[in-house]
Amino acid sequence: MSHEAVIARIVEKHRHEPGALLPILHDIQDALRYVPREAVGLIAHGLNLSRAEVHGVLSFYHHFRTAPPGRHTIYVCRAESCQSMGAGALIEHVKDKLGVDLHDTTRDGAFTLEPIYCLGNCACSPAMMIDDQVYGRVTPDRFDEAVRMVKNGLQEVAA
Amino acid sequence: MSIRVYVPRDSSALSMGAEAVASAVASEAARHNADIAIVRNGSRGLYWLEPMVEVETSLGRIAYGPVTNKDVASLFEADFLHGGRHALLRGPVDEIPYLRKQERLTFARVGITDPLSLEDYAAHGGWQGLRAALAMDGASAVKQVTDSGLRGRGGAAFPAGIKWKTVLDTPSHQKYVVCNADEGDSGTYSDRMIMEGDPYVLIEGMAIAGIAVGATHGYIYVRSEYPHACQILADAITLAREQSYLGANILGSDKAFELEVRKGAGAYICGEETSLLESLEGKRGMVRFKPPLPAISGLFGKPTVINNVITLASVPIIFAKGADHYRNYGLGRSRGTLPIQLAGNLKHCGLVEKAFGVTLRELLYDYGGGSASGRPLRAVQVGGPLGAYLPEQQFDTPLDYEAFAAIGAMVGHGGIVAFDDTVDMASMARYAMEFCAIESCGKCTPCRIGSTRGVEVIDHIVAGDEREKHIALLEDLCDTMINGSLCALGGMTPFPVQSALKYFPNDFHVAPKRKVA
Repeated sequence: MSHEAVIARIVEKHRHEPGALLPILHDIQDALRYVPREAVGLIAHGLNLSRAEVHGVLSFYHHFRTAPPGRHTIYVCRAESCQSMGAGALIEHVKDKLGVDLHDTTRDGAFTLEPIYCLGNCACSPAMMIDDQVYGRVTPDRFDEAVRMVKNGLQEVAA
Repeated sequence: MSIRVYVPRDSSALSMGAEAVASAVASEAARHNADIAIVRNGSRGLYWLEPMVEVETSLGRIAYGPVTNKDVASLFEADFLHGGRHALLRGPVDEIPYLRKQERLTFARVGITDPLSLEDYAAHGGWQGLRAALAMDGASAVKQVTDSGLRGRGGAAFPAGIKWKTVLDTPSHQKYVVCNADEGDSGTYSDRMIMEGDPYVLIEGMAIAGIAVGATHGYIYVRSEYPHACQILADAITLAREQSYLGANILGSDKAFELEVRKGAGAYICGEETSLLESLEGKRGMVRFKPPLPAISGLFGKPTVINNVITLASVPIIFAKGADHYRNYGLGRSRGTLPIQLAGNLKHCGLVEKAFGVTLRELLYDYGGGSASGRPLRAVQVGGPLGAYLPEQQFDTPLDYEAFAAIGAMVGHGGIVAFDDTVDMASMARYAMEFCAIESCGKCTPCRIGSTRGVEVIDHIVAGDEREKHIALLEDLCDTMINGSLCALGGMTPFPVQSALKYFPNDFHVAPKRKVA
């Protein structure tokens, strides 16, 4: 199915719900992994909003992206609890290991690195998430192992 | 009869490998021809023991932890299915001191039951509050909440009964109940634990709120960082609806209440109630001016009860056991219990639900066991990124809204993040400003611009560039943000900054000097 068709179907599914814009953007991103440029006009038309209004919402929320990410997204927590357990050094290790800065994607397209501000895993700091899988008490070694496993399509690592 | 083995499905337990443990238990059981039933419970909140596996025996539930998938074979060899001895044996769960000393009201079932089992929920006192509420008129239901002394657990500590009464007294053909599950404060995870570990208690609390104020539709706004919580809540709502705990005729009455989950999108500001409402309406999460209060003109302009997860999850027990039962916990104007979350650099991080009045020192050392690193604790931040940093000399402060306000701090959502003596408080102050700059909604100038200027000024200070002048400037900037911001983000970001500067001034010297100091 083309992007346009996917977007049109999602807009149609939600357009009669009150406050439909966020559910629409979520569904589009879940289906296509990002919200493509052409979505703005289609959503605006479907919800009777201006393109500026849709763009304003899309650009307000950190979760939504307007370009395709790497095959996997690594979110490393930068918040206080994780900092107290060495998140600063961990993030340096992660950047070094992947050879990218925050918000960037590795050259092979495998990983996009994003900061995140709390995963609610503060009792097992420092924390990170790869796609939907949360990892606790992440050491540089545990990070390397997790990345190796994910890259090879293997199951979660043991604690 | 099969032996029940509990392996948590809580996100934090999963982050430590609980899924692999659960599958290892299943395959080892098959290999040993053992007749077991694996229950995926919530977490007891003893996170240094997660994944904590429990086995139901004639002596009660016996705990083993922290278990990795590699330990499972040896657990079977040690006959853990009958409470056998093993290096990871922790004894009967109920006798673990960390749990035994707690007063669990809101968290009464978390970790004990199967989160999605309606049978378990009912067997452990579930739905009693809802039945009691159905027998009352709106005014008496609201009075229960007022009499219990329950205050908003999200951070602002506003009396819940007053909010509810305002909604009840505002005539409208449509009213809403909104649950703020945008738990963005670092060091807090109690909302997540409830949603993943006992979702029906939140559903019951929201249904009671709806019945009390005359609202027929509710939304739970969950942050996108909590995919498991979203899924469990959605499943729980479906199951509750099938059994008429939700829907057009709750338990056969003429009361209706519908509920749905909405996902946030990674904006800290949406934990502020008016921006949350904007976000639910499908807009940018920009803070609204108050008045009008959401209780009068809230979601889609209608009267709206908006409360945090813990506030709403505390409602069922108030209705089941009476306002006095709840009120008899706590002290002064802080009534009931608070689920405190120990986080950061502590040996025993976890959930501690206690009546108000427990001191920070008890929490950090008796429960927390001191730092995880073994170094001295130097500072703690209570109440999330907008809370003050407290030095050791304030560790005897009792956790109570007024006592904390008196020292310029706040209890907030009850999260406590501990730092050892390697922490650089100037960098924590800088981070507070940086976080505010990243998360500001941009509506008011002190927050939008002030936070960015705050980062720059702190950089000047630690670089030794006209230090005294820049410290004065930082103090002035903090004052402007506190008094000129529209909401708590800009208005409270200065608290961690000012407290760092006040109690840890040596950290704000140029780096080489700092070592000498």
